[in-house]
Amino acid sequence: MSTLAIDKAGPSRKIKYGSMSRDRAWALRWSYFFLVLFAIFFLTPPIYMLITSLKSSAEISAATNPWWVFHPTLSNYVELLSSNQFLRFFWNSSIVSIVVVIITMLISIPAAFALARMKFWGSATLATGVFLTYLIPDSLLFIPLFKMLGVVQDYTGITLLNRWYVLLFIYPTLTVPFCTWIMIGYFASIPKELDEAALIDGASWLQTLTRIFIPVALPGLIAATIFAFTVSWAQFLYPLVFTTSIDQLVLPVGITTTLIKGDVFNWGQIMTGALLGAAPPLIIYAFLMDYYIAGLTAGATKG
Amino acid sequence: MADVSLRKVIKRYDDVEAVRGIDLDISDHEFIVLVGPSGCGKSTTLRMIAGLEDITDGDIMIGGDVVNDVPPKDRDIAMVFQNYALYPHMTVAENMSFGLRLKHYPKAEIKARVTEAARLLDITDLIDRKPKQLSGGQRQRVAMGRAIVRNPKVFLFDEPLSNLDAKLRVQMRIEIKKVHQKVRTTTVYVTHDQVEAMTLADRVVVMNKGCIEQIGTPNELYHKPATRFVAGFIGSPAMNFIPCRLEDVGGTLQIRLTDRIAFPLPPARAARYKTLPRTEKLLLGLRPEHLTESHAHLAPGVETFETVLDVTEPMGMETLVYFGLDGTPVCGRVDPNAGAKDGAPMRLAMDLNNMHLLNEASGVVL
Repeated sequence: MSTLAIDKAGPSRKIKYGSMSRDRAWALRWSYFFLVLFAIFFLTPPIYMLITSLKSSAEISAATNPWWVFHPTLSNYVELLSSNQFLRFFWNSSIVSIVVVIITMLISIPAAFALARMKFWGSATLATGVFLTYLIPDSLLFIPLFKMLGVVQDYTGITLLNRWYVLLFIYPTLTVPFCTWIMIGYFASIPKELDEAALIDGASWLQTLTRIFIPVALPGLIAATIFAFTVSWAQFLYPLVFTTSIDQLVLPVGITTTLIKGDVFNWGQIMTGALLGAAPPLIIYAFLMDYYIAGLTAGATKG
Repeated sequence: MADVSLRKVIKRYDDVEAVRGIDLDISDHEFIVLVGPSGCGKSTTLRMIAGLEDITDGDIMIGGDVVNDVPPKDRDIAMVFQNYALYPHMTVAENMSFGLRLKHYPKAEIKARVTEAARLLDITDLIDRKPKQLSGGQRQRVAMGRAIVRNPKVFLFDEPLSNLDAKLRVQMRIEIKKVHQKVRTTTVYVTHDQVEAMTLADRVVVMNKGCIEQIGTPNELYHKPATRFVAGFIGSPAMNFIPCRLEDVGGTLQIRLTDRIAFPLPPARAARYKTLPRTEKLLLGLRPEHLTESHAHLAPGVETFETVLDVTEPMGMETLVYFGLDGTPVCGRVDPNAGAKDGAPMRLAMDLNNMHLLNEASGVVL
């Protein structure tokens, strides 16, 4: 009798609409569909760049299949990597990005700590203000910035314009607001009792920051570092405006100004340069990603 | 180790007065529990002793020194938080030694103190683990260990057991008591749980709406509550409050509960209450354990009456019975074998030797 009842209940349960597994299956199908679409869309350009970078100029201009390399050559790589000019761009980009990351962290971390934890008059308004500055586009800012630096240069007699190090003053206007904002969020998520415990344990504000907050908020710190590095590395408008001499250029500007001569595009080398230029952020990202995830789990603050 | 004194301490947030001028003297080695409903100002008081909150007015003294403007780190206190507040990136040993390392204690002494505290709390095996690898109870032990290694003048506990499940809470309660018996450090402990307060404290401070309602030993609070709030807050199930009035019948003082039910007061009680105005609205305060089943040999001062039970709750060692007296819900505790049944009539005995009489308007116990 009881088995009969179960048998009857079985099929009726199967045709029930909106079951968890059906929903999940459909959600997965759509996820895969869009993820594959997304991957194709974003991976096509780099693959095309890679293919083109392995071709000679003759093969690029020949009317062969653009998606296949018939005579692979590393000549583009050899030429670029043995060109002092290209290495100079690379060096300029590296030094600018690294120093900007350091400057950004030195400003953002204490600023975020102060804004997130030391409740002082106007701190909330200031925090919003910091973020608002990030919303002003660089295309609006570059002319006033140019004027300002011109005035500073005239007044102090220190050459700033057309020097790579001028970028060290300019890039933080892009990186500091956003990094501060990220760090405020991370610091705010740390339970208040943690700094109170540190305070009672005898830590000063600085010790609380360096020995508790920075280690606990490491994932956020790494996210901010990656952001600052990527922004500095990829910035195009500011270096285009502020630096003009060949030996002062950074990578993105250097590639486009030296490898495009009039209407002659050296496609092979442009693609090679772009690919080489894209490598450092990728490597840094891949390397820090491990720390990022490790930090996420180790830093679980509950408790 | 030191005594702690609060003198007319006030805490005001904008226009809200969280603590309204409290006075409290805590002697050396004493275990004091601040207890009260949420928002009564008990945590604020503790945080003011810790130095985590500024005080608006008054004085706080630790070991005889006024510490109003002394930062927390210089007050020589240790605090255990409700959510443990362990440093997640440090091991248990590092968590416990953090304060000592900041003060540049010699390494050997740090190690000795951590080892000793770990032994005391039975967490020696866990010393190299990170907080996330520990259970709630273990984390709470580490938090206590962090307080103990500092060997401070005062321990402050802010609802340390609230995040634990009921069984573990009882166990940790005993642990805390044991630790206090060993280290004898002056302790201020905040909780909203009156059972915790009763079991742990040398003296309990009952707070309500930013004021101290009563300070006393657990037994004093239970048997001689000063106000209706304390009488109702301490003890579970809570004390019954039954509207009543006094009347003189043939030279004896009677307490009238309903039109039907009135009892002569025992001589000691009658002497105490005889000057009260007969017109005053009063409340009879009676704990459920003084409202039991009737039996043959009743002591003097124990009076019986007949009622119909609404609901019974068998608890195993006793049965709680609920009934109404002129619409006032009343709870009694009877023997499980007394035959109490839902909806059934029952004869109950009221022990008036343990009664309290309260002024209904002021809530003061008379």
